[in-house]
Amino acid sequence: MGEVILTMKGIDKTFPGVHALDHVDFEVRKGEVHALMGENGAGKSTLMKVLTGIYTKDSGTITYEGREVEFHNPREAQAAGIVIVHQELNMMGHLTVAQNIFIGREPRRGLFIKDAEMNAEARKLFAQLNIDIDPRETMSNLTVAKQQMCEIAKAISHEAKVIIFDEPTAALTDTEIEQLFVIIRDLRAKGYGIVYISHRMDEIKKITDRVSVMRDGQYIGTLITEECTKEDIINMMVGRVIYEEPKTHSMVEEGAPVVLKVEHLNAGRMVQDVSFELRKGEILGFAGLVGAGRTETARALFGADPKQGGDIYIDGKKVDIRSPKDAVEAGISYLSEDRKRFGIVLKKNIIENSTLATLHEYVKGPFIDKPKEAKATQKYVDLLKTKTPGIDQLVMNLSGGNQQKVVIAKWLVNDSRIMIFDEPTRGIDVGAKQEIYELMNQLAKSGKAIIMISSEMTEILRMSDRIVVMCEGRKTGELDIAEATQEKIMTLATRDIDMQNSKAMEEGA
Amino acid sequence: MENTIDRKKAARSAFIRSSAFQRLIIIAVLILLYGYFYAASTSFRKYTTLVQICSNMYYTLLMAIGVTFPLITGGNDLSMGTGLICYSLIGSYLMRIYGWPLWAAIVITIAMGVTMGFINGFGVAKLDVPPFIMTLASMMFCRGIGSILTGGFSGTWPDGAEPGAGFRNAFRLIVKTESGRMPIPLGMVWMILLVIIMTLVLNKTRVGRYTIAIGSNKEALKLSGVNVLKWHILAYMISGLMTGLAAVTYAATFSNITPGQGAGFELNAIGAAIIGGTAMTGGSGSVIGTFLGVLLISLLQVGLPFVGLNADWQLLITGCILLGAVTIDKMRNGR
Repeated sequence: MGEVILTMKGIDKTFPGVHALDHVDFEVRKGEVHALMGENGAGKSTLMKVLTGIYTKDSGTITYEGREVEFHNPREAQAAGIVIVHQELNMMGHLTVAQNIFIGREPRRGLFIKDAEMNAEARKLFAQLNIDIDPRETMSNLTVAKQQMCEIAKAISHEAKVIIFDEPTAALTDTEIEQLFVIIRDLRAKGYGIVYISHRMDEIKKITDRVSVMRDGQYIGTLITEECTKEDIINMMVGRVIYEEPKTHSMVEEGAPVVLKVEHLNAGRMVQDVSFELRKGEILGFAGLVGAGRTETARALFGADPKQGGDIYIDGKKVDIRSPKDAVEAGISYLSEDRKRFGIVLKKNIIENSTLATLHEYVKGPFIDKPKEAKATQKYVDLLKTKTPGIDQLVMNLSGGNQQKVVIAKWLVNDSRIMIFDEPTRGIDVGAKQEIYELMNQLAKSGKAIIMISSEMTEILRMSDRIVVMCEGRKTGELDIAEATQEKIMTLATRDIDMQNSKAMEEGA
Repeated sequence: MENTIDRKKAARSAFIRSSAFQRLIIIAVLILLYGYFYAASTSFRKYTTLVQICSNMYYTLLMAIGVTFPLITGGNDLSMGTGLICYSLIGSYLMRIYGWPLWAAIVITIAMGVTMGFINGFGVAKLDVPPFIMTLASMMFCRGIGSILTGGFSGTWPDGAEPGAGFRNAFRLIVKTESGRMPIPLGMVWMILLVIIMTLVLNKTRVGRYTIAIGSNKEALKLSGVNVLKWHILAYMISGLMTGLAAVTYAATFSNITPGQGAGFELNAIGAAIIGGTAMTGGSGSVIGTFLGVLLISLLQVGLPFVGLNADWQLLITGCILLGAVTIDKMRNGR
């Protein structure tokens, strides 16, 4: 760790009704990876937005490279060398990689942009980072991981000295995360000051040097990563202890009936000949890398995407599912990985969202039976312990965890027996995660059959009774939780890729 | 072996998804249509028909190229049609009633278009009025103001033996030959030049790049430190400038400008841009595609009467083509 490059002291920021930052202190040294942790809404992003001039602070000082500074917009912060790699990737999908990297500062001759020069510059940047990306590729054709690497290249091209990573691994697979860490370690060695915002404990332990924790807009403290345990950090974040221990044995009762049986499901390139069984009270984990075809399998099963073949049996009876409507009627529910797009209507309240899928049950003549609706909603708000001032609250005002609960309520109201959770805790903070886990366990215990798609290994190992592993559209293995380990899953999740690689090599030779 | 086949397959599917493929389809349809008209009607084969197709398309093409920019930002410009009539009416009024010289009328006509573009852009980019509503309002405004200012005066621009009538030659040059007077669609030269220039503007300059970026992800562009407001307004000003030019072209092509007309011109232009592959959702589009779209619509406009189908049929068929183009686009990009 080198000298201090950036110090924020006594930063205060109030929004109407919210004291978002309450005299927060934070510092970054050259050549360190400094984690900034806290639950959603703790003020991490607000602090970073104040730093980069997106928000103006009410009081406090920012000292950067020995001088007091105040940036009025991201451009000024960029020019000074402070750059954010955003959580929601800030890419213009229609433009090429190089056009994205140099947006806003294109090299020009007169009126004309020199694209060739831009491409050459971008190529140099990628060489520096040991990344293999064609600068002329259209951005939207790249994987999320590669798009992120472009963002990093963009940061470096700004001659950044401080790089802020805002939840960089949220959408990455484990191998991609490893690649990212190689890059981050390399940047650290080169003397960049790195701020790392993440919810994932194991990453924090792996990559960071120090951890600063925030809670409810306040600075709680800073720890040296090596000297503290996960529990120490979580304690500071939530004020209580949560353990993330893997499940050791299946909780499914012996002889529990098979509720769902899928045979030889085919849907496009991403779902090839997938077969599995799901029993009553079981949580069946679907593990694999992003793009392994897990979501596609779920969508084909749910009738959201067309399938080319395969039989689906529910309670031993063959069913024909051609649309989500058929699936819902057959008792299947699907909780999308992208809540905001497919799960809930943000600008409607909890009642309206809860009864969205079952509104026909809440009508009296031509009118909606409001009292009945409210009663049913209240029941599930209580049951799921959804934190809200009232059931007429707009869903957009709830935290991620509570939004997820509203989605769950929607399907419970619908009385689904088979629930597909696609990345159920994505973007949800530690405390709420725990609640979602407990809820899923309760649901399983009460006899629901659950499919859980997750890219987080700890989540898979902690929640599943059995694990199906997929790779490149095929099921590559199935493990009972008692025998499952991280290594075994990874081996299965990458098996096809390795096989193809070795095949390609043979052909080359 | 397998790998090369896969790669060929991938290359083929990438090509089918590319906008070049959509343009090829339009060119094929254009050739087929032209061939059909040519075979079905002897009078269609005349040289003058070709000139007529050209004359008919100039103002639509200008508007279509203009509106391509707001469309790529994810916006729209409905004010072009009535704006065109409004500007050329006022231009004519200034010449006829106040005795302004032709060149001044042209300058004012174009300037009015640019100003309206600025107003639209300001409303959309700064005041955050939805583009549809903003330009719908200016469409109504233009329709009203043109008639009010000129008092219902029906406008004409210099024609026949009048001084200044020569400006019409810029688009339709009459050459005397042994066999009589032959019109040359000189305007086509300007149009092709314009297509080249605007293609460069869209693909090689900052205003083009940022127009695409705004349509692709405006927030990201803002966070990159770009002055989005300025470039967003500029996209609408390009549309306004093209409408202003279209107004002059319209005045040079047709003898009479009637107040209250013009509504619907913009729909042809927007339709042409969309047939040409510009996405209403923003982020993609091309000037060449728009050009081909206009060619197709103009060919239908002029050609259908030769096979006994009137203007109503032309609308009906254009509607079907529009729907077909968008559906093919969706299918190509679908999973």
